[in-house]
Amino acid sequence: MHFLPEEASSFAGHVDALYLFLILVTAFFSLLIGTLVVVFAIRYRRKSPDEIATDVHESGALEIIWTVIPFGLTIVMFFWGASVYFRITRPPTNAIDVYVTAKQWMWKLQHADGHREMNELHVPIGQPVRLTMASEDVIHSFYVPAFRFKRDVVPGRFSVAWFQATKPGKYHLFCAEYCGTRHSNMIGWVYAMTPADYQAWLAGGNPGESLAAAGAKRFVENACNTCHGDVPGARGPSLAGVYGHAVRLSNGQTVIADEAYLRESIVNPQAKLVAGYPTIMPTFQGLIGEEGLLQLIAYIKSLSPPAPAGAAAASPAPAPAPTPERKASRP
Amino acid sequence: MSTSEPVPAVRPARPDYLNASYGVRSWLLTSDHKRIAILYLITVTFFFAIGGVAAALVRLELLTPAGDVFQAETYNKIFTTHGIMMVFFFLIPAIPAVLGNFLVPLMIGAKDLAFPRINLLSWYLLVIGGLIALWALIHGGLDTGWTFYTPYSTVYSNGWVVVTAVGIFIAGFSSILTGLNFIVTLHTMRAPGMTWTRMPLFCWGMYATAIIQILGTPVIAITLLLVGAERLFHLGIFDPAQGGDPVLFQHLFWFYSHPAVYIMILPAMAVISELVTAFSRKPIFGYKFIAGSSIAIAALSFLVWGHHMFVSGQSVYAGLVFSILSFMVAIPSAIKVFNWTATLYKGSVSYQTPLLYALGFIGLFTFGGLTGLFLASLGLDIHVHDTYFIVAHFHYIMVGGTIMAYLGGMHYWWPKISGKLYPEYWSRVSAWVIFIGFNLTFFPQFIVGYLGMPRRYHQYPEEFQVLNVMSTAGASILGIGYLIPLVYFIWSMRYGKDAADNPWGATGLEWQTPSPPPTENFVETPVVSGRPYDYATGREEVALG
Repeated sequence: MHFLPEEASSFAGHVDALYLFLILVTAFFSLLIGTLVVVFAIRYRRKSPDEIATDVHESGALEIIWTVIPFGLTIVMFFWGASVYFRITRPPTNAIDVYVTAKQWMWKLQHADGHREMNELHVPIGQPVRLTMASEDVIHSFYVPAFRFKRDVVPGRFSVAWFQATKPGKYHLFCAEYCGTRHSNMIGWVYAMTPADYQAWLAGGNPGESLAAAGAKRFVENACNTCHGDVPGARGPSLAGVYGHAVRLSNGQTVIADEAYLRESIVNPQAKLVAGYPTIMPTFQGLIGEEGLLQLIAYIKSLSPPAPAGAAAASPAPAPAPTPERKASRP
Repeated sequence: MSTSEPVPAVRPARPDYLNASYGVRSWLLTSDHKRIAILYLITVTFFFAIGGVAAALVRLELLTPAGDVFQAETYNKIFTTHGIMMVFFFLIPAIPAVLGNFLVPLMIGAKDLAFPRINLLSWYLLVIGGLIALWALIHGGLDTGWTFYTPYSTVYSNGWVVVTAVGIFIAGFSSILTGLNFIVTLHTMRAPGMTWTRMPLFCWGMYATAIIQILGTPVIAITLLLVGAERLFHLGIFDPAQGGDPVLFQHLFWFYSHPAVYIMILPAMAVISELVTAFSRKPIFGYKFIAGSSIAIAALSFLVWGHHMFVSGQSVYAGLVFSILSFMVAIPSAIKVFNWTATLYKGSVSYQTPLLYALGFIGLFTFGGLTGLFLASLGLDIHVHDTYFIVAHFHYIMVGGTIMAYLGGMHYWWPKISGKLYPEYWSRVSAWVIFIGFNLTFFPQFIVGYLGMPRRYHQYPEEFQVLNVMSTAGASILGIGYLIPLVYFIWSMRYGKDAADNPWGATGLEWQTPSPPPTENFVETPVVSGRPYDYATGREEVALG
């Protein structure tokens, strides 16, 4: 029987090292207390019914010792746990993007080039994969035990997280947050592949339309282009080059235009208004579904120069999307 | 209600609280804290039985990987019933409402609690709340889990969310009123000479628990009210489709429900402090540190709720703060464990059944507490969050901790409560059966959890089956272990030998009065002139004055 799941991601070894340290601490103190209890209980067992015990009932030194040692150990655990956490929560810049839509009770996964998968995800090893996840209904949680990776997918917001597979194989994908009747059917597989196998897999299927291209269509369907067209004097700000850069707001603050900000600006436009523009944009809450939002974000991201450091090297990043007008004329 | 009714011939003439009056009315309208404790004992045993049957059905389904015994929806309703019955209607009331009610006035030399009729009211609230919730769970069904996460509970679930929430809401007032009663009683009704530092540690534990009950319970009441209102009137507080925030619910829920864990474990620790000292026949080691650590745990308990949300997307910095505060809870807990262990040192240790439970508690609580450190570690929690690892951890605390202590306390004070002795042989057998069954049930769950099996799964991959079979086998043993005491406690009420006033040779005012005690507890108000647990110099210092 195995006691550890496979170690198949760049975090797994770090998480397991901390786990083994904690097991050692747990074993040490459990055995210490267990042994002391048993030894004392036998050594000092009552020998006659009217025996009187020795009155030893305080020791300042001992109280200090067994306060300071656990304190020191927990501080070590805290910093160790926090350092592993930082490693897991900071996405690298050269990741390939995968967009995840969770709903009762399935995982829909879309690659940037348009490949769609259901309850299965193919990823290359040796390259970070960045998940932008949305839920269409309740809270779900994307969990791959072999990667020691888990992240809740909360409706009403994007959950962005990443992992890097290190070992080719087929690994469980579970929904870890209880989501209703068929929660335990909301499972699938992650296939980690060598870069060559991954390229072959990409070439194999019919990817169809890229996410950014689908987003470009929606951009026109929802008439976003009437205000956000890239022309002088437009009623809304141009979206070219916005993603990943600072935006000055009407209240004087500055925010970085990440996925969360772009999403909020679509469903709740007045929350963080760009400086110098009127409050005329209507809300699209409920008018555009989660997949549509992901497509629009992918489109807006495609209008920005690609991330530095080889993002395009292994991922078939979409070519800069055509202008919405031209795109719309196609079926 | 009065004590004027004739005493039947079969009993000795000495009047006690059990034979003071007869008839259903004399029980249902009693204001005697000891009788109310008996009412609570019957009530929580009933709810424990329901929760236990649900647990057995859960383990039955998990015997095989396929979901073949129940439909998925039924399975979800069963584990929800298990959680709600056990948490809200057994674990939270068990020790405070049964043992606390019986013992707090006796231990401090008082005739009753400060508000005897409010005490009776709080029992009625628990019964009414519990029956409403039970009706909703069985007749209508609820599949949200005991945690009611939004927006599943507010929008998507077809279960009886609102009715169940009303039941828990009502029972919450029972908890608040009991806490209020204990705080006022402990402040105002201690016998002459019983200063705060002469108070038994059981009472310190009840005091710390009561603080959490009155500060925390209103928050869960309001939160469930919001869930009900959102479900009925679509207010949009938690619903993202209306601009609400589902994670806000988690903050509100855990703001109570994490401290609620300490409502369950602090009274258990309080019981263990009494048992260890009584069966070592030695003053407790580090009295002030044990008392102070109870208050420290109560205070810290309100500052750690965010460790339930390390993977929900809360800010990294919030995660860091909640992580280090969660680690800090380990320190007062460790202080208690070390002091209990040191109490055995050079003691006069008698292996009677209550001590077996206490030693079992120390081992299981130590292990359960240490595995909590895994969950407080940010990077590690990401992997084990919402798996069977956490299920194993909290069952070590709640079952290995709270229920072991509750049973230990029931055995220790049963002669006082019933006036009868239970069979020593069978009680030792049951203590061992429970200890073995418990470990076989829950230890494999740590392993299957780290391997990645998520909780609340109706069916699971085949590679997890061996560990699940072990767990189900253990649960069967554990179930038998719980039935044995139920049988012999009832048996002893009729056939048990009469208990002496102080069968263990223990200190403490509750042992200075007859078994079972008279309705007014003490014929004369006792006067306390020495430190608690004064075994070394004999019991003369704690004399009836």
